[in-house]
Amino acid sequence: MSLLAVEGVSKSFGGLAAVQRVTFTLAEGELLALIGPNGAGKTTLFHVISGFMAPDEGTIRYAGESLVGLRPHDICQRGMVRTFQITRPFNRLTVLENVLVGALERVAHRRQAVTIAEEVLALTGLAEKAGQLGHSLTLPDRKRLELARALATGPKVLLLDEVMAGLNPTETTRLIDLIRTIHGRGVTILLIEHVMRAVMALSQRILVLNYGELIAEGTPQTVVRNPKVIEAYLGEGYSSLDS
Amino acid sequence: MSRRLGVGLGVGALLVWLPFTVSSVWQNLLITTFYFAYLGQAWNILGGYAGQLSLGHAAFFAIGAYTSVVLHTHFGISPWLGMFAGALLAAAVSQGIGYLGFRFGLRGFYFILLTLAAAEILRLIALHLPLLGGYTGLFINFTPNPWQFQFKGKIWYYFIALGFLAVASAVVWLIERSKFGAYLVAIREDEDAAEALGVDTFRYKMLAYAVSAGLTALGGTFYAYYQFYLQPNTVLSMHHSVDIMIRPIVGGSGTILGPILGSFLLELLGEFSRSYFAEGAAGLSVVIYGVLLIVVVLFLPRGVYPTLLGWLRRATGRRA
Repeated sequence: MSLLAVEGVSKSFGGLAAVQRVTFTLAEGELLALIGPNGAGKTTLFHVISGFMAPDEGTIRYAGESLVGLRPHDICQRGMVRTFQITRPFNRLTVLENVLVGALERVAHRRQAVTIAEEVLALTGLAEKAGQLGHSLTLPDRKRLELARALATGPKVLLLDEVMAGLNPTETTRLIDLIRTIHGRGVTILLIEHVMRAVMALSQRILVLNYGELIAEGTPQTVVRNPKVIEAYLGEGYSSLDS
Repeated sequence: MSRRLGVGLGVGALLVWLPFTVSSVWQNLLITTFYFAYLGQAWNILGGYAGQLSLGHAAFFAIGAYTSVVLHTHFGISPWLGMFAGALLAAAVSQGIGYLGFRFGLRGFYFILLTLAAAEILRLIALHLPLLGGYTGLFINFTPNPWQFQFKGKIWYYFIALGFLAVASAVVWLIERSKFGAYLVAIREDEDAAEALGVDTFRYKMLAYAVSAGLTALGGTFYAYYQFYLQPNTVLSMHHSVDIMIRPIVGGSGTILGPILGSFLLELLGEFSRSYFAEGAAGLSVVIYGVLLIVVVLFLPRGVYPTLLGWLRRATGRRA
């Protein structure tokens, strides 16, 4: 049964149709990747699903309930939480305090929240940096902090927006392992990603977005052989090379 | 922990002993210091913790002052009760301004302008409303009666101002340790990120505004019964709004000690420039005051208290 059902969603900015009639579903426990060239509309789609932007048309249903018109915090409270591609740490708060904000979504008291936050920091490998201020973190740690804060809210669905971007191969491998662990704990994941190694290693199914439209969908192996996808990434003329 | 208790008791004893030993000029200086530290603490909840800069807190101050004075002079209601009516009214008005600002996503400069405009509108209303005395304002006849919030001698005002400051600081202390406080700080640091993590940013900003406005209004009542005079162009001026916000900013906004430290510094600075530079040329003291203020803001952009704390931590080898 699908946990998230997006149907006919469109979003334009003036004359630019960033997302056009996108339809897909995310099943409970699935790990779905959303790929596509730069400017394909992936992040816009995330903004719409997570409540930061209202769709021009279409419906988004989460666990049977329509999300259109709900604000991001409402959606987070229902169990679906997103991260940001451009990391947004709370700069003047420590790493622990950053994660605490997420944990307070689940519990009212600071002491319980600290317990949750510490567990999450241990899981995400940030425990040693708990006392460091948000702005002093390196990029890989910022990416982890994005993930840690989102995890602290106790999500059923994680929307990850390019958490691998800018990481070196070792860091990427570690983050792939971490995401696998989180998925293994029963969290459903929708992943926007450019790093194909991560996409191939993690995803069970891939959606490809190009110029705001869904052009392909399928298992990783079939999607990378799809001529339309190759054309979208490399331009016309390359699609025949593979055959 | 016991050292903290010792320091607390020492400071407490000093504050109780102090007013009995200093001259009336210094009593007045201390009262003003506590009173502005109180207002700064109230402003701090919205401006310092939630990061929503208000340049119109004079509005809530005036609502508090006028409400208690009108209730007192026209209906004989004690200012001790009237001040809470004023606080409720100020909190209600803050919700109106907050709704306009936060519902339509005004941030930064636009929110500042909205708060400024609200105070200006209120000033114009006060100038033209006979009930509030119009341009000449309202005078309060002095009748030394504690139940009417009127006292002979400054000692009483000293302890009331100190009590106000203690209460506001306790409120801020509690906020700092609560979920509410953690959410306010998250909103200040990055509103969208907070929203994504389940923080109802609209609701918490509204709540911070209400608490901040209500406390500010209580300070207005104190002012009315300390000065015995309310005039729209004084209490509702932008200058007054700046006076309210400048102390927490100088001392360190978003910290509990910032407004207190800032108030002491600016009061001493003002007194110093008045007594040393007042004789040469009229207005020179204000210029000196302004220059010193710029120096503080320029070199200690986060405020005096966080900077001192940073130095202290570096000196003792702890993390900054």
